[in-house]
Amino acid sequence: MDFLRPASWEEALAVKAEHPTAVPIAGGTDVMVEINFDHRRPEYLMDLTRIGDLYEWEVGDDTVRLGASVPYAQIMEHLRPELPGLALASHTVASPQIRNRGGVGGNLGTASPAGDAHPALLAAGAEVEVESVRGSRRIPIDGFYTGVKRNALAPDELIRAVHVKKADGPQQYSKVGTRNAMVIAVCAFGLALHPETRTVRTGIGSAAPTPIRAKAAEDFLNAALEEGGFWDNGKIVTPSVAKQFADLCAAACNPIDDVRGTASYRRHAVGVMARRTLTWTWESYRGAHRTTEGAA
Amino acid sequence: MPTNGVPTKITQGSGTKGGIGESTLRPDGTLKVTGEFAYSSDMWHEDMLWGQILRSTVAHAEIVSIDTAEALATPGVYAVMTYDDLPAEVKHYGLEIRDTPVLAHGKVRHHGEPVAIVAADHPETARRAAAKIRVEYRELPVITDEASATAPDAVLVHEHRDDHHAGHVPHPNIVHRQPIVRGDVAAARGRADVIVEGEYTFGMQDQAFLGPESGLAVPEEDGGVHLYIATQWLHSDLRQIAPVLGLPEDKVRMTLAGVGGAFGGREDLSMQIHACLLALRTGKPVKIVYNRFESFFGHVHRHPAKLYYEHGATADGKLTHVKARIVLDGGAYASASPAVVGNASSLGVGPYAVDDVDIEAIALYTNNPPCGAMRGFGAVQACFAYEAQMDKLAARLGMDPVELRQRNAMEQGTLLPTGQPVDSPAPVAELLRRVKAMPMPPERQWESSEGADVRQLPGGLSNTTHGEGVVRGVGYAVGIKNVGFSEGFDDYSTARVRMEVVGGEPVATVHTAMAEVGQGGVTVHAQIARTELGVTQVTIHPADTRVGSAGSTSASRQTYVTGGAIKHACELVREKVLELGRRKLGSYHPAWAHAELLLEGGKVVTDGGEVLADLVDVLGDEAVEVEEEWRHRPTEPFDLRTGQGNGHVQYSFAAHRAVVEVDTELGLVKVIELACAQDVGKALNPLSVVGQIQGGTTQGLGVAVMEEILVDPTTAKVRNPSFTDYLIPTILDTPTIPVDVLELADDHAPYGLRGIGEAPTLSSTPAVLAAIRAATGLELNRTPVRPEHLTGTA
Repeated sequence: MDFLRPASWEEALAVKAEHPTAVPIAGGTDVMVEINFDHRRPEYLMDLTRIGDLYEWEVGDDTVRLGASVPYAQIMEHLRPELPGLALASHTVASPQIRNRGGVGGNLGTASPAGDAHPALLAAGAEVEVESVRGSRRIPIDGFYTGVKRNALAPDELIRAVHVKKADGPQQYSKVGTRNAMVIAVCAFGLALHPETRTVRTGIGSAAPTPIRAKAAEDFLNAALEEGGFWDNGKIVTPSVAKQFADLCAAACNPIDDVRGTASYRRHAVGVMARRTLTWTWESYRGAHRTTEGAA
Repeated sequence: MPTNGVPTKITQGSGTKGGIGESTLRPDGTLKVTGEFAYSSDMWHEDMLWGQILRSTVAHAEIVSIDTAEALATPGVYAVMTYDDLPAEVKHYGLEIRDTPVLAHGKVRHHGEPVAIVAADHPETARRAAAKIRVEYRELPVITDEASATAPDAVLVHEHRDDHHAGHVPHPNIVHRQPIVRGDVAAARGRADVIVEGEYTFGMQDQAFLGPESGLAVPEEDGGVHLYIATQWLHSDLRQIAPVLGLPEDKVRMTLAGVGGAFGGREDLSMQIHACLLALRTGKPVKIVYNRFESFFGHVHRHPAKLYYEHGATADGKLTHVKARIVLDGGAYASASPAVVGNASSLGVGPYAVDDVDIEAIALYTNNPPCGAMRGFGAVQACFAYEAQMDKLAARLGMDPVELRQRNAMEQGTLLPTGQPVDSPAPVAELLRRVKAMPMPPERQWESSEGADVRQLPGGLSNTTHGEGVVRGVGYAVGIKNVGFSEGFDDYSTARVRMEVVGGEPVATVHTAMAEVGQGGVTVHAQIARTELGVTQVTIHPADTRVGSAGSTSASRQTYVTGGAIKHACELVREKVLELGRRKLGSYHPAWAHAELLLEGGKVVTDGGEVLADLVDVLGDEAVEVEEEWRHRPTEPFDLRTGQGNGHVQYSFAAHRAVVEVDTELGLVKVIELACAQDVGKALNPLSVVGQIQGGTTQGLGVAVMEEILVDPTTAKVRNPSFTDYLIPTILDTPTIPVDVLELADDHAPYGLRGIGEAPTLSSTPAVLAAIRAATGLELNRTPVRPEHLTGTA
């Protein structure tokens, strides 16, 4: 195995063009596990830790540009007001040691359905900035996940950053694991209210071959909120609406039985999390009038 | 020797007296928490090679062929060995029954069985070479449970049994069967006003020690080998290793390396023989370290069990009878299965007085992973079931569950179902009273002015509830564990104690073969020597086979038995020192001849407190040394038909109260508090006692709500051999554990002490289950409980 250490982003792109099989490594929290267990034996390992730009973030007027290697611990500490859903998701990632190393770029690169960041990115609405020597492009998050542990990257492309819309309303994130910390998701759910566009977005993790949105559930809820004038009158979402939303979220799942849980449980749990996160975000919206508070 | 990481002498001085009853700090504690402690996996030797084991990818198959040519041709590879390369007549080992081949021969009987071994100059080279060994299997049907094991046409897991249990078992796929029959259950059933029945399932728990199996074998000039190894019992290993190497025992030297936890999982051999074989074959030191994945295949687990119980009681809550059938899955090799059967059956009714009992316990041979010793050893599985039954009975009688237990609690003098009287304090009712009397943790602790503190809620930082669906439940349980090896085993330990003057100070050296696996034995040994010999400085010699056997670090026995041996040796040393004093100085003071003399503060003193001499002066240049074996009172085997017999020597009792909060919609559990009361006889080191109780309690919690090795019932393959999917409690899963320690002396034991390490593991699990049942109203007849069991989505 050759270990490549590009000193700059441009050099990294050149290396990736020359060796499309090179596996990029930053925090190493996914890649090193695979290598240590001999599940993967890449010909080239490309270390991105010398590229400082990947560890930086910028808060713009509408979006946050989050460098691919910004560790979860930094997101939790510095970006909670702008990215409350992602900050909550970051809290659930593994252990403090891993949160100091791992970042969203790795989660996207691995594209595991169980990656903790995905439901939050789907709910918030994100674009993945990828680049190769051929040029740069932005992939909307909805089209990023293409299969189990597969994504829309071309072989010569690298993930540079993620552009996430700044929260314009409450966001929530819940994850079910079978212990109270340091656990891989049995399933996860992200919800974001977007009062500016009067829409709700969702994200579901570990309950389908890829991270997904519950589109039918979103459509139903958007229509119900619009119809009842809820965005303006701030009324409580009726239990029947919340229940139907939850049922539609559960129905959006296409889970499997595995050692971590049954398909039937995953569907059930996604429904419960959908109902609860809707209640929390809507209460927050009603109570604080368009604050972006999402903290638990 | 150019070797790193091998054990050195630990000298413990404290400036304080540091005798028994004090919470002296453990000498390895700071090293361990700062990462400085040398574990067996840290050892290094100049020119050493790395060993790797190739394991079976299927659970049950004939081996058609093994082709090692490509592996042998790999640059950097020094040796590849299979069964055919074994050097001696003896090619099997085993704790009680030699049924385990050192390397598979003709067939493999479980997933992950060792088939071949490789030595290479780099661990990765060894790993890749092992992967190049081609093994052709012809798969056989898998035996996975009692039905498939005892079916008329069942394939025999072991075809030609000639072990000492083979004659009395009803089927060759049953390792051992022990009935315990006392009184007349049929007649007693007629007196019962209520009868409750239950069928329970106990999942396969792993010891999950953090230091993986590892050791270093160094060939020696005389053709022997020196093995530095993390184990629980050096001499038991030695007895199994030497014959397979074709060496006399005195040519196999063993030294205990740093052990990172054991919990029973190091009673059986793992890589010991493999490392020695490769070292002797190559003439070079060979180190083997399992990774976590391999560790799950490299040691036995706790027996999973099916338990069928019937309890009867009169309307006023007195037990009339207990009938039980306990089926333990021993997996492919016997390991400690027979003794686990003995415990499960003899302790199968729990710490209760009941005259009419009919119990049958068996262990199966199957193609599941081998199971053997783990903390609690058969008593754990039974406790889970009989305590669930006691709650069921209380509910049926409309009686408080603690009250029901207290009405039936055994006490000193009660006869066990084996007919053996309990001949030391058995404060079962008192422990329940104490644990119930502890203050309850406040309700809704998650509520704060800032909103819900999710760390206090089920789901923790995963943020699944802010209080929705959360219901509290409280449950109680109590258990009984035997201490020491039972059923007529000659359970002894050996201690060598030396006293001499070093650097102008009297120093005691304690040399035993006791495996310090984290339990704190080395701390307690020094305390005993200080108390008995009146010195401050005590040196603990590394444990090795240059001294006699200490027996196993298991069965809660080491403080009792090796502690007892040290106490005994110290007493003999003291006599010799006083004799020396009388000889040298006796003429200077009449008290030498007439008074009761003690050693205290480095001096010889009379029982009236008068100082006669300094130990430095008594000893001068002489060293006084004693090596002696010491044994607890003998026990007897259980009768094979009735189970009657004085099989046990001592008992350990603990009671728990569990307070849990369950998110009833998501099926997530937060254990809020696990209060424990335990009788320890005498706390030699109170801090260590509390640590043991808290650790045992937590291990019991683990198997209540998360810990289980999952085996595919159609292939018998292990599905979750990693810490990603075999979950053990984190600190956020570990509740507050208030501990109430009771000290009622057992007059038969040194200092009145009781073995303590296992009892808290018994009652913790059923207490948590009882609390979850109370919170949810569900029956919950299996452990661990997973979210799907609490939400009807299994």
